[in-house]
Amino acid sequence: MHDNEKQVITSLEKKKKQSLEELIESTKLNRDAVSTALANLADQAYVSIEEKTSEELVLTSEGSMYANQGLPERQALDLLAKTKEIAMNDFKSKIDNDAIALTWLRKAGYVDIKDGKVSLNAVGQKASKEKLAHEQVLSAVMGKKPLPEKLATEAAEIIKRRLAEVKTQKHVTASITKQGLELVKRGISVEKEVGQLTPQMVVTGDWKNHKFRIYDVSASAKPIYPGRRHFLNQAIEYVRKIWLEMGFKEMQGPLIQSSFWNFDALFTPQSHPAREMHDTLFLDAKKMNLPELGLVKRVREAHEIGTRDSLGWSYIWDQEEAKKPVLRTHTTALSAQTLARLRKEEWPAKYFALGRVFRNETVDWTHLFEFDQVEGIVVDENANFKHLLGYLKEFYSKMGYNNIRIRPAFFPYTEMSLEVDVYSPKKQGYIELGGAGIFRPEVVEPLLGEDVPVLAWGQGFGRIIMEYYQMNDLREQNKNDVQKLRELRQWMM
Amino acid sequence: MPTVNLDKKRFLKYLDRDYDDEFLKERIAMLGTDLDSITETEIIVEAFPNRPDLLSEAGMARALRGFIGIETGLPAYDIKKGNWKVSVDHKVKKIREHAVCAVAKNVNIDSAYLKSLMQIQEKLHVTHSRNRKMASIGMYDLDTIKFPIKYTTVQHDFKFTPLEATKEMTVKQILKEHPKGKDYAHLLVGDEYPMWIDAQGQVLSMPPIINSAETAITEKTKNLFIDVTGLDGKVVDQAMSIIVALLHDHGATIEQVNINGAITPNMAPWEMKFDYKYINKFLGLDLTDKEIKKHLERMRIGVRGDMAVVPAYRTDILHPRDLMEEVAISYGYENFEAEIPNVSTVGEEQPATVFQRKLAEACVGLGLLECLSFHLSNEGVLIEKMDREPRPLLKVTNPVNKDYDTIRDLLMPGLLKVLSENKHHELPQKLFEQGTVVDEKMNEVTSLAIVSSHATAGYDEARSMVEAIFRSLGKPVAFTQDTKPYFMPGRTAQIAYQGEHIGYCGEIHPKVLNNFGLENPAIGIEFNVDRLLK
Repeated sequence: MHDNEKQVITSLEKKKKQSLEELIESTKLNRDAVSTALANLADQAYVSIEEKTSEELVLTSEGSMYANQGLPERQALDLLAKTKEIAMNDFKSKIDNDAIALTWLRKAGYVDIKDGKVSLNAVGQKASKEKLAHEQVLSAVMGKKPLPEKLATEAAEIIKRRLAEVKTQKHVTASITKQGLELVKRGISVEKEVGQLTPQMVVTGDWKNHKFRIYDVSASAKPIYPGRRHFLNQAIEYVRKIWLEMGFKEMQGPLIQSSFWNFDALFTPQSHPAREMHDTLFLDAKKMNLPELGLVKRVREAHEIGTRDSLGWSYIWDQEEAKKPVLRTHTTALSAQTLARLRKEEWPAKYFALGRVFRNETVDWTHLFEFDQVEGIVVDENANFKHLLGYLKEFYSKMGYNNIRIRPAFFPYTEMSLEVDVYSPKKQGYIELGGAGIFRPEVVEPLLGEDVPVLAWGQGFGRIIMEYYQMNDLREQNKNDVQKLRELRQWMM
Repeated sequence: MPTVNLDKKRFLKYLDRDYDDEFLKERIAMLGTDLDSITETEIIVEAFPNRPDLLSEAGMARALRGFIGIETGLPAYDIKKGNWKVSVDHKVKKIREHAVCAVAKNVNIDSAYLKSLMQIQEKLHVTHSRNRKMASIGMYDLDTIKFPIKYTTVQHDFKFTPLEATKEMTVKQILKEHPKGKDYAHLLVGDEYPMWIDAQGQVLSMPPIINSAETAITEKTKNLFIDVTGLDGKVVDQAMSIIVALLHDHGATIEQVNINGAITPNMAPWEMKFDYKYINKFLGLDLTDKEIKKHLERMRIGVRGDMAVVPAYRTDILHPRDLMEEVAISYGYENFEAEIPNVSTVGEEQPATVFQRKLAEACVGLGLLECLSFHLSNEGVLIEKMDREPRPLLKVTNPVNKDYDTIRDLLMPGLLKVLSENKHHELPQKLFEQGTVVDEKMNEVTSLAIVSSHATAGYDEARSMVEAIFRSLGKPVAFTQDTKPYFMPGRTAQIAYQGEHIGYCGEIHPKVLNNFGLENPAIGIEFNVDRLLK
């Protein structure tokens, strides 16, 4: 039991029923301390609390000023009683709030005004020696005495003058219960309690001599903000784990790529709209080196006349265009590089990449010019379209989406091309995630040497990450609101 | 991708069946276009760039009729012999070499159809023809033209009245003043300008810029003369095939035009050899030859033995793989079963990934909060606010906006910016970021930066943190006195690993704090992570 509670119940044992004010008086504790102690004691049924509310007239600050200094009309009465008659100008200069004073004196019919002079009449003379009705109301309210019935009109006038107002007052009365009495009878010692256990007490064994205060464990404590990974990186770590568990090797590579790797090796014709300024961020830098001559020649032929069974895009391929550096627009550039390095002995091979890509996009709540992609390729002589669906379905189910939909799509570098949507029960609709397919022979043959099935996907996953964290605006990903980063829940998968 | 608004009424008329919106929505999407919405009067779709033949009501209806089985197989195009002669001047060879023509008679034109013709022309210009560069289409009221017609060149002072103008203009004026002239003038180089002119000297058009006012088609037009010119013969032929097919499907009679002895339009389908087994192998299916044939026919492709017969308007068939996709679309993407093959491979992370994760864990252990900023920043943040000497940085040629026109060469400025944007939140704020920074020579390096801001931030804290991180990595680190404009003199250390300088730490200079509008002291750390991994 807290010290305060002991003091309150001890006082109540002496006088069995007390108002809150009386308890404050008897315990010398403040109002909050007594209220808290009473509430705790009542919880344990040691006291019972009775609460009554009543409407009371209370003085406003202006009202209490006048209750002490006298109403303006009283000042005027006193002045007029002394001087009999006074010029209006003098009256105004001698009385504060002269207008209010005069209004009430005239209303009561105490004064006469003639030729710019003010004087008390007979009624006024008599009244000046008595207590005015408004004064009676003020002193009754101040003294918390009941108002006589006959002063009702004047009380209303006082409220109208904003000298008093009606307030709902709470009256708390506490009585000690039977249990309370028994508790006191069993004995409560009002001894000093200790808060913090000190090293001194521990070492010397002094702790045995102290009584430790019982803490309110439900009270709030200061928040602690530990160090944390960024929420997006937490999700990325999980995505990485999924692919590793499925036997995929990680690919990494530069953010800056030549157009050759970003577009040409992926059979994207040089006139393709994706290669224009409004889609791709180009760099103001020197041209980049192309890979070995043989590969460049094979890629050129794929564009100009096609690979073995292909017609190609039939145009003149420009080597200089391929040297232009770009901020990679997709992680598929890494897949192309991996295929170029891969030896036949290494088949079947499965690779994934997680990385930042760049687009010339105007930023809004669903678009960013930088975002992360999850990329994957499977090189396997026996791979087919169903396997592509299998890998994607497995991945998205591990991301918490069991219902995926695929639709035909178009990309220059895949044929079978498809678009993946996942069903979001929260949104009651599909979220579009991006493309997948089987690399075209015009991509695979120059890089790998033959037309082997290469399943491929490159998809943004920002939207489903945001859904997990219940954010609607993709811009949150790079906003770095420190408080939000501190308070956001962990990625729990 | 281009969005087209198809007239629903006419589309359903071509389709010759009335289907509800839900059915159309689902089938159109599964045919291979991004369906946007279907309204009372319109079907709004985003056609993929490989299928410009789907950009019109007739084209979409033709494909869908096959896909849902109303009419399958190769569509037939009956092109009548005509007595129309066009001569091409050899002078166009250097400017806009390829030209094909066609005549369409008894075209049922109303205001809606006129709008639709304008739309398909515009969409073909933007996508298939790469903004009129590869090809451009002209359509004229045949009855305002006197044959034979010439495709020739003129000088800049040649005059005619272009569309959207009220009086004659010279070629020079058109290219400088006419809205279409200004948009496309860059497609014409040299002092000769291509021009279609009829037997009476009446101008038809100046490709690829603008048509003449006199020969323009209106709601009263019955018969059309069409030309397509361009730099790429294949693109030109394909554009003409798409136009002719949709006019033919609309009920027009198409007639041939003789161009210097050559007969156009050429609507003859072409053949591609394919292997039934190849299709089954890649799709993971076991379809019979007959089934594969049926699927191709549903996609309006003819089959003769192991030859696919492809309509002239299809621009996307480059390889038998493209036929395979046709089979898959007809089979239905939704009907493929997902399957994970029993292939054993070993997963493997990159050593850099593992190392960077360990570093991040060490930082989190120090109570640091990880931030993620954009790689794109600007010189104001990277140089000016950091009080660094101006230096060349890697710039984007076509930035999204000026705030993001430079690739970051340091992470610390980004973190100080984060502090400046979070002044209203409780201190201390201790942040870290790991990521790629790039120098002006395009060398990419992984960097780690830390900032800590609070009333008592000081050098000791920076040094303790660096030491704690290196201790956790089991690597040695050394500190020597140095200077950096963004650190306080005398409180700046160079961080060295195995005798090699890898970064800096110190107390952020009050001038830099002022530049970022920060009110509390801060420390900063940044070093190259890649060198530790070597």
